[in-house]
Amino acid sequence: MATENNYAYNSKIEGDLVVTKLDSAINWIRKHSVWPMPMGLACCAIELMAVGASRFDISRFGMEVMRFSPRQADCMIVSGTVTYKMAEVVRRIYDQMAEPKWVVAMGACASTGGMYRSYAVLQGVDRIVPVDVYISGCPPRPEALLDGMIKLQDKIQREPSVKNLMNRDMHQAPEKKSTPATAHA
Amino acid sequence: MESALVEEIVSKFEGSSPRASIDHPAANVPADLLTSVAQWLRDAKGFDMLMDVTSIDFSEDASPRFTGVYHFANSMKHEYVRIAADCLDDVEPELPSLSKIYPAADWHERENFDLMGIKYQGHPDMRRILMWEAYPYHPLRKEFPLAGIETELPAADVAEATQAKVIAAPMMGGPFHSPQTGAMSKREPRAADESWTEAKPKPKN
Repeated sequence: MATENNYAYNSKIEGDLVVTKLDSAINWIRKHSVWPMPMGLACCAIELMAVGASRFDISRFGMEVMRFSPRQADCMIVSGTVTYKMAEVVRRIYDQMAEPKWVVAMGACASTGGMYRSYAVLQGVDRIVPVDVYISGCPPRPEALLDGMIKLQDKIQREPSVKNLMNRDMHQAPEKKSTPATAHA
Repeated sequence: MESALVEEIVSKFEGSSPRASIDHPAANVPADLLTSVAQWLRDAKGFDMLMDVTSIDFSEDASPRFTGVYHFANSMKHEYVRIAADCLDDVEPELPSLSKIYPAADWHERENFDLMGIKYQGHPDMRRILMWEAYPYHPLRKEFPLAGIETELPAADVAEATQAKVIAAPMMGGPFHSPQTGAMSKREPRAADESWTEAKPKPKN
């Protein structure tokens, strides 16, 4: 006799499985294994190091594996003042990261140029790379960075990952300047 | 400030004169004697260390416009001396390089060249040191605005991909500075005059 219980999931009949959407499964995996690339350019990097150490402990969120190679990272934490001379490097490193990738602008300088309204400082890293999360502060407390990273996790959870997989070139690298055809002939 | 050393410089090097100073002995010397003054200070007077090389821009209509300033230290006697030399040309200022006498002058002179535009004759590697090589201005000159001047990014492919430029920084009531009094928690850097922004310009009196 059919009771209401029969409509619910019954592990005795159907085995150990969970029904979900592909998007939320992929996003759930991604958001708990973010691999940050520490783009430490100024004093914010000191707070970033504090976040990586035991007291604030970013490993509680599965992000402790900081890689200095962009090929092995998927979240660039721009922590510090980006000068125009360094902007080129930041963009190249971003281009070298594998997709899916995210960018966190940590602190006033990375977000807007901060107090450096000057001829030498890029006025916000969002002029050269797409930024996902901005963190205020000069420098931000480690808690603020953790809060920003949790916001990033929430953002990752909402992403249409399957659709993005179909349109792979959402962050296209700049085309390499090709040499004239005659050079190869 | 009176000093035996300055008197000696004035009598020994023709065209030199004492220079007004509130701290260390100081002298003005002609630019073409600068290397011999430095050599003499190092070899005969024991000034074995070049502490700083800097320069002054006295404004666009002053002549001489640019003055190179050198600080030497005697590490045995704990003495300092300041030597200043005017650049003869106001448009393309030049000074002799001291890098053969004091290796420390090398990067200092590159910084002066980068930010003030003084060329040092005889320097082994007269390139910019802080700004990128193609940057067209010398930012510490008097006519250069604090915010900067719009120009191209150093990397052409990044500029093309991002459409970003080197811009005149929005001053938003700046320049920015930290208040020197009050609680530490209230001393974050802020604009000196917060009544105007780029969108709402400062009223002209």
